[in-house]
Amino acid sequence: MSTPLSEAQARSLRVGDSVYITGIIWGIRDATYIRMFDKHQRAPVDLSGAVLLHVAPNVRKLPDGRYEPMTVGTTTSMRMDRFTEPSLREYGVRAIVGKGGLSESSSNALKELGGVYLAIVGGAASVETEQVEAIENVYWEDLMPECLWQFRVRDFGPLTVAMDATGSSIYRDVAATAQERLAQIYAKLGITP
Amino acid sequence: MTIAINSEPFYELVEDLGKRLYLESQIDIPPDVRAAIKRAMERESSQVARGVVNTMLRAIEISDRKQTLVCQDTGFPIFFITIGRGVLVDGARLTAALTRGVERATKEHPLRSSIVSPITRENHQTSTGDGIPVMHVEFSNDIDYLDILMLPKGSGSESMSFLKMLFPSDGLAGVKKFIMECTVGAGGKPCPPTIVGVGIGGTSDLCVLLAKKATFRPVGERHPDPQIAALELELLEAINATGIGPMGLGGDTTALDVKIETAWTHITCNPVAVTMQCWRGERRRAKIFPDGKYEVTY
Repeated sequence: MSTPLSEAQARSLRVGDSVYITGIIWGIRDATYIRMFDKHQRAPVDLSGAVLLHVAPNVRKLPDGRYEPMTVGTTTSMRMDRFTEPSLREYGVRAIVGKGGLSESSSNALKELGGVYLAIVGGAASVETEQVEAIENVYWEDLMPECLWQFRVRDFGPLTVAMDATGSSIYRDVAATAQERLAQIYAKLGITP
Repeated sequence: MTIAINSEPFYELVEDLGKRLYLESQIDIPPDVRAAIKRAMERESSQVARGVVNTMLRAIEISDRKQTLVCQDTGFPIFFITIGRGVLVDGARLTAALTRGVERATKEHPLRSSIVSPITRENHQTSTGDGIPVMHVEFSNDIDYLDILMLPKGSGSESMSFLKMLFPSDGLAGVKKFIMECTVGAGGKPCPPTIVGVGIGGTSDLCVLLAKKATFRPVGERHPDPQIAALELELLEAINATGIGPMGLGGDTTALDVKIETAWTHITCNPVAVTMQCWRGERRRAKIFPDGKYEVTY
């Protein structure tokens, strides 16, 4: 899929789908979100249709002032869970790429506002780094490394649609399945629930 | 080149090894872990799970080729030092040299420093600080060399560490139940498929340490005690039956292995600890022999 994403595109995805992103992905992390939503500072870029990535990359500054990515590896999304809804509502973000999922509240926001959560494989930074073609721009450098990063990517993925705009969530399904199976698992282990 | 243990060049070697171990452990995944991930690929049937494991294998392949870090989390630098019989070292110099090695790896490679003050959150960009690197030092009559093991412990999996002081009346059933509660509760958070380490017995702190030590035993290797080995396999099957799967997105491989370490405990106590090592299972070891030779292995 190419960025920016339309609401229709986001709503067409279903959990279990595998997607690759080509275009611009925005690197964002705790401090960036805090500035945007707790400190109410408008992000200096247009994020409508944007794909966000929960990351603060390891970079090297080149002589011409640009940044070169050394290691790009996605972090745990749940820390930034409460920023899902305002990202979609106030900025028109369509997809969030992260590790480990988001809450039920975020699932509701994705459904209401038309967005998806794309799960990346944690710990596979060597793959992610290779798929970032260049850092085109960086905003709010004073938050280094938790700046707003403009990554140019080609075939970034594979990303698994883990939470979609119908309200489905692989995380919810997996937790439910585990609970259902627990009775039989416990019986085999000889323990009472 | 041979270097006499406790000589000046020895401590320079130890510093260099500290740097090498911290850096290389994050680039080169141990062979037993690689084999386990490949076995997971053979076992997984769902497209999502296969896609996840495939990406893990690709990450390892790229790191091998480019000599880059597999994961961005440089983690906690942890050393397990075993001083074999007859090995005489200045422990303070040894641990100081390893600490300098970790700092150098951080500044020279460079690596992200993931270590901060728990109060002020200041980061000195050295991957070191009060109490870090964590240094465990033990003595062993079973070896006649100096063994230095480095665990660059990822925080996602380290955060999934648990301790419970059960009653003896809870029995092994209580122990099994706690292990299941911890692993099911952890879900995808520790980047499964994980190596689940379990400590049973000891004092509270020894119990947690046993769980940590369990995680760096080679994957697929069983405990020498047949009863404990059976327990390891039983729990491995149980955890994998939950279907949590790679990255918690569903699948048949939630744990690469379950390992249990035990210590005797008090008549009124039944401590159990659970910790997890993420799928990359990173560890690296240096052995320095009395004849002056050394090797770097897993």
